Amino acid sequence: MEATLMDTISGLLPYAVDLVAVLLLALGIKGLAKVRSARSANGLAALALGLAVLGLLIELQPPLLAWLGIAVGAAAGGLAGLLTARRVPMTAMPQTVALFNGSGGMASLLVGLGVALYGGTAGAAGAEALGGEVLVGTALVERLSIAISVFVGAITVTGSLVAMAKLQGWIDTPAWTQSRSRHGVNIALAVAALVGVGALLGDPGGSPLWLLLVASSLLGVGVTLPIGGADMPVVISLLNSYSGVAAAAAGFVVGSQLLIVAGAMVGAAGLILTQVMCTAMNRSLLNVLFGGALGAGAGGKVGGGGDEAGYTRITSCSPEECALALECAERVVFVPGYGLAVAQAQHALSELAKLLQANGTEVSYAIHPVAGRMPGHMNVLLAEADVPYEQLVEMDTINPEFPRTDVVIVLGANDVVNPDAKTDSSSPLYGMPVLEVDQARQVFVVKRSLGAGYAGIRNALFELPQTAMLFGDAKAVLNGLLSELRELGVGRVKAA
Amino acid sequence: MSDFSQALWVLLLGSLLGLELIGKVPPTLHTPLMSGANAISGITVLASLTLLARADGNPALLLLGAVSLGFALFNVVGGFLVTDRMLAMFRRPGSKPAARQGGR
Repeated sequence: MEATLMDTISGLLPYAVDLVAVLLLALGIKGLAKVRSARSANGLAALALGLAVLGLLIELQPPLLAWLGIAVGAAAGGLAGLLTARRVPMTAMPQTVALFNGSGGMASLLVGLGVALYGGTAGAAGAEALGGEVLVGTALVERLSIAISVFVGAITVTGSLVAMAKLQGWIDTPAWTQSRSRHGVNIALAVAALVGVGALLGDPGGSPLWLLLVASSLLGVGVTLPIGGADMPVVISLLNSYSGVAAAAAGFVVGSQLLIVAGAMVGAAGLILTQVMCTAMNRSLLNVLFGGALGAGAGGKVGGGGDEAGYTRITSCSPEECALALECAERVVFVPGYGLAVAQAQHALSELAKLLQANGTEVSYAIHPVAGRMPGHMNVLLAEADVPYEQLVEMDTINPEFPRTDVVIVLGANDVVNPDAKTDSSSPLYGMPVLEVDQARQVFVVKRSLGAGYAGIRNALFELPQTAMLFGDAKAVLNGLLSELRELGVGRVKAA
Repeated sequence: MSDFSQALWVLLLGSLLGLELIGKVPPTLHTPLMSGANAISGITVLASLTLLARADGNPALLLLGAVSLGFALFNVVGGFLVTDRMLAMFRRPGSKPAARQGGR
């Protein structure tokens, strides 16, 4: 009697573990969306995943040979993940997320392929041989879930790799990808993939599977390649949602309810996050996906990639002049952009800000929602340089303050301060919310050259009478400013 | 077939839950949230484990399972650690005065 009770309890244990894991995962995703709870929520989600793995291992009781595979795979993947997470610089965060995402998609893809090739070729019989207690009994459903996990998995893998390569600067947006015929090619690929899915349902032999694999891999490239670098964060977020869908499909393949529920949860949450990010960037999802690269068309005001974009009324100045302006300014606002992060100048900037504060200047940082390469990226980078959280001011709060600001220094930001976005309806940026730095009394723009910005668009701010350009690497310019200010005795006067 | 319909219910309810979980996200958290959600999608590690455990001595399945497990764990371990690294940098507005009080 007691033994049967124990059996019942140990039989129920995996279900209990699964339920707790789902609960923790849901709490984790919810907590990650709030500043206060984000870090502990991340830990909670990690714990949930650990629990789920533990529960599954108890339930499956893998044979010895399987443990060998588990040990090798876990050691290699875990170690690579650990090293990548430790080593990767904060500036490279978006492409790192893309890489991880592609890797998750690859895992789902391989599971689908494995069952299709070696486990599910004989339909239900094969599924029974593989699992015995496969959740989904009918061969048709099993083949459909294999097809979906291969289809979505392959798109996730190649799409993420293209996104990563773009953010890393390995590939550009080739001009030929902007032609309208790309839609035709992509539709053809999608049709080929669907034909593969259909054929796979009827006859689970080899060739439909390969057709599906190749067509969906190419589709992932074809859809991602024409999208401009500035929109990549949205793409990564969407691909993240896809990898959730791929995981849910893999859940149907192997018959795991936990995997289905977790994959569905991440897929849906990723979709919402994508929508939220599109709103923050003032872009519509459809426009991002099918509208082509921002500014890459043949529009009138679009400058080329690295040329001087035909500026005529540029004033450039020396760090000395800028230092003089800073010395007597009462209110200074810094506008940091990705160029600042690339030059690793966050620390020099934070030092400059401290010096000015010691001089009695009011200092703040204007953070555009998409400063950096991804929403929230700049906050992470500045936090790394010990900038107090309170000094980071969001766009809507700081825009009314610019008319009262004496000096604005723009560091490696470009499109987010372009006044054309408000006034010129022919500009590709028109309608995007920008930081209204042109309202300030004096603007200094620190920039390496007059090349066009990330989105390849000319900036009217540079030609305004109150704007002066400080050409050079952001870090070198900031260090120049620091030494000029020290020479002027700024900071020291108050201390003495 | 009842197993299948049950699985569909699970899919449906999981999706609805996911849609409701995040509503308003401050822009500061977009990057970490994306990274964290990405780590969670590495839960496909469960599928890799199942494949391995049921490989039944088939070397091709064992190999595919191990490689797939490696990719999934790369996503999970890297994803959670990198998210934590990002979030550790956010100092809460309230936490600084508290730390000072502790120091006194």
